[in-house]
Amino acid sequence: MWRYLGRKFTIYVLTFFLAVTIDWVIPRFMPGNPVQTMLSRAALRAEAVEVMRGYYLKAFGLDVPIWQQYLNFWKAVFRGDLGISVYLFPKPVMKVIAEAIPYTLAILVPAILLSWLAGNKFGAFAARRKWLDSTLLPLGYFLTATPYMWLGILLAWGFGVALGWFPIAGGYSFAMTPHFSWKFVLDLLWHWFLPFASLFLVMFGGWAIGMRNMIIYELEADYAQYLESLGAPRRLIRNYAFHNALLPQITGLALQMGTIAAGAVVTETVFSYPGIGSLIVQAIQNQDYFLIQGCFLFIIIGVLLANFLVDIAYLIVDPRTRRGMLGET
Amino acid sequence: MKAQKNRTKNEFLYFAWRNKKLRIGIFILLFFILLAIVGPYLTPYDPWAYVGPPASGPSQKFWFGTTMFGQDVFSQFVHGLRPVFLVGAFGGGLATLIGTVIGFIAGYRGGWIDEILNTLTNVVLVIPTLALLLILAAYLGVRSFFIQAVFIGCTAWPWTARAVRAQTMSLKAREFVDLARISGMRATKIILTEIAPNMLSYLVMVFILQFGGAILNAATLDFIGLGPTRGISLGLMMQIALLWGALPLGMWWWFIPPGLTIALLVGALYITNVGLDEVFNPKLRGI
Amino acid sequence: MELLAVENLRVYYQTLRGDVKAVDGVTFSMSPGEIMGLAGESGCGKSTLGRSLVLLKPPMKYVGGKVLLKGTPLPIWDKKTMASFRFSEVSLIPQYALSALNPTRKVKKLLTDILWSKGIKFSQIFPELRRRMELVELPLEVLNMYPFELSGGMKQRMVMVLSTLLNPSLLIADEVTSALDVSTQKAVARMLVEFRDRKFVGAIIVITHDISLLYQIADSIFVMYAGKLMERGSTEDLIQRPKHPYTQLLVASLPRIGARYAQEKLQGIPGCPPSLLEPPQGCRFRTRCPRTWEKCLEEPPLVTTKDGDLTWQVACWLAVDKHA
Ligand SMILES: Nc1ncnc2c1ncn2[C@@H]1O[C@H](COP(=O)(O)OP(=O)(O)O)[C@@H](O)[C@H]1O
Ligand code: SF4
Ligand SMILES: [Mg+2]
Repeated sequence: MWRYLGRKFTIYVLTFFLAVTIDWVIPRFMPGNPVQTMLSRAALRAEAVEVMRGYYLKAFGLDVPIWQQYLNFWKAVFRGDLGISVYLFPKPVMKVIAEAIPYTLAILVPAILLSWLAGNKFGAFAARRKWLDSTLLPLGYFLTATPYMWLGILLAWGFGVALGWFPIAGGYSFAMTPHFSWKFVLDLLWHWFLPFASLFLVMFGGWAIGMRNMIIYELEADYAQYLESLGAPRRLIRNYAFHNALLPQITGLALQMGTIAAGAVVTETVFSYPGIGSLIVQAIQNQDYFLIQGCFLFIIIGVLLANFLVDIAYLIVDPRTRRGMLGET
Repeated sequence: MKAQKNRTKNEFLYFAWRNKKLRIGIFILLFFILLAIVGPYLTPYDPWAYVGPPASGPSQKFWFGTTMFGQDVFSQFVHGLRPVFLVGAFGGGLATLIGTVIGFIAGYRGGWIDEILNTLTNVVLVIPTLALLLILAAYLGVRSFFIQAVFIGCTAWPWTARAVRAQTMSLKAREFVDLARISGMRATKIILTEIAPNMLSYLVMVFILQFGGAILNAATLDFIGLGPTRGISLGLMMQIALLWGALPLGMWWWFIPPGLTIALLVGALYITNVGLDEVFNPKLRGI
Repeated sequence: MELLAVENLRVYYQTLRGDVKAVDGVTFSMSPGEIMGLAGESGCGKSTLGRSLVLLKPPMKYVGGKVLLKGTPLPIWDKKTMASFRFSEVSLIPQYALSALNPTRKVKKLLTDILWSKGIKFSQIFPELRRRMELVELPLEVLNMYPFELSGGMKQRMVMVLSTLLNPSLLIADEVTSALDVSTQKAVARMLVEFRDRKFVGAIIVITHDISLLYQIADSIFVMYAGKLMERGSTEDLIQRPKHPYTQLLVASLPRIGARYAQEKLQGIPGCPPSLLEPPQGCRFRTRCPRTWEKCLEEPPLVTTKDGDLTWQVACWLAVDKHA
């Protein structure tokens, strides 16, 4: 068990190391010298130039040896100093991201957990039930094949524009300022619903299908046949099969994390939901490289954390890994 | 021996034809491939030219209506369909190739080579593809469909490498591989002549999944504004539509076709994959 | 009275290419306490016959025949009704015993769940379970382990104890020794006899392709070929004086009684078994029989001779002529 965790942890540390390195290397060595481009672009705003120059001297330290530049960058990262946003000048990137994160988590975490639970339940239920399997399965495939942004656009159009039930942009009404009251919380929820539902639906299709295919394998497995030949009721067999089919689905959750993060980015963009995703798109449109780099780092940290949580969950449910039989992932 | 081979081949075709999922999937794919090939000849309009009244719905003249600026949506659509297949096939193919090669080497060689390749695979596996593409694409001023496909291919291979590695390891333990090894065959030759043919059906399915994944990845990149700097694609159509307010204006003809097509295409690929799986694995066929 | 009577049983596999006639008109009976060996080359329908008495499900298809257990009909064609007979009346040690236990449940939990579905509390049966585990030399700790923590032999014995826990009238043991090493094989075979002697089970059908194993433990042997009974008689008679040409070849291919690896020797019989999709007319062994003649184009009748307590059945024209 500790070997398993140790292995995983090594990979996460390596990944983080690599991510920070990429973050440093790419702007530094990309063709066309982006650093120079950035400085010249910042020159459009007089106040920005000085701040940025200062940051570059610190972070990229253009006049010290390369290895020193790299080390300085690491120091800055650990200080939480990711530079200043050009587009939201003079806010530090760290602060901009910190303000966006709650929104992203608010749609992402419930969507992941609920779709996983519901999708697995539903997939297991539909498997080997003739009409459900043949009518709703194509729907599941269609959902999981749907680009996240398109489902978002569809929901926004249907429930927002056509029916007018939900707003199609923002995290809360323009007329309001964030404060704590029931009215504001309701307003938040009202804006939250469609982006959440859109993420939920696409993921739901994927989990339902994954579970349906997995449980069919499990129901054919030897232990299921043996139970049946001992006259065990269908319910018990399905229960066992469901439990065992959940294991690969948990691994699947870790594997899907990257896709899910991408889904969140585009969904937020569709709904102009003020999370990291919208931030990224704005950063791209305004060529705010510090912000792009910061978001990159945060997505990776988020995905690593999520992976780690999934590993723990896996240890809890799979005795083979827990008892050290399968050290490998 | 030959008769045996012929029979299994015929049997495969027989089951393939009987499989409804496979039939539907392949039909949809062929339809869109055909549309991508002949589509641009069906419309007289240039995809970017301002040819009609702005923001008007589908009509006889403009089958899919026009954009905010009076461009023909159908023309954009059929022109945007081509890069979907190109990026999908090339990006998915590259990912399959890289993943397969790494998986073969790691699985066959074992030892420290495996250790290193496996760690690399796991690291790239946890890095979210989009984040990597994001930072790469953002700093690259000029981007083409080719570069997009290369980027996607270089980031999407890890799960394939893992699966191929596991399969190679189990095949390696089998007698016929031992036999080849004892007879002094070279590792590359063993992999190519003994191991790869036994995994062919599996690799085909991997390619199909990578194809679908590449299409979705490309659409996502296009949509957040990191697509190719020239040309039109379905993802780009959605981005432009959203950017110019197609949503509040209710111009559904602008954003429905591209997204629906991607969903149908990728869905068809997935269904084809399941159909093939059922044909290859008799246990799943059911009666 | 007979414990088990099977009459003209036909069980086919439904496939897209047609019916595979894996069990095609099999008739035999067993007395209480009998251990019957079911022998024959791989693919001749042994497992199908055994499994059909416990769990007959698609792609298996019941085509015809009767099964009486202790005089009452066993509704093998009715999957639902059969559920109440399984485990308590007819039970199976499957061919895949090593992977028969759910890998993610501790053995005790698994037992509790299965027993509970039969309306039995684990604590109620625990004393008996403990006694039997002692008998097969399984430590009690096994109950708190996961299947993957047990060795092959331990798993095999655990499945054996579980399958027989409710004292079924009929136990079907499918290739219980094939996957084990030689010393474990012997122990497991001895345990089967022990279980019968202690009346844990009413009778046992031991399915194997290893005739020498049957020589050690079986009271009678049933030789099957291409879905049909070839010969059935007491172990002693059948091995010392086989009447059916197929049995003669089988026995002759044993270098000496008690030899192992009979399976490889079996391949010594020239030719290969006929397709069960379209089996040949007449005697199914015709294509490989060294003594075949034109009469064999007709299906040979089952010649039954009573020899005191035991019956001797042969399906061969040669046997008919002798009695005619
Ligand atoms: N699921 C199945 N579908 C179709 N044919 C089968 C199936 N299982 C077994 N068979 C066929 O039935 C015949 C008898 O199989 P089986 O009873 O397992 O043989 P044995 O146990 O004697 O080795 C074989 O010819 C085999 O090919
Ligand atoms: S009936 Fe004929 S072919 Fe069949 S075993 Fe007897 S002699 Fe041989
Ligand atoms: Mg068998």
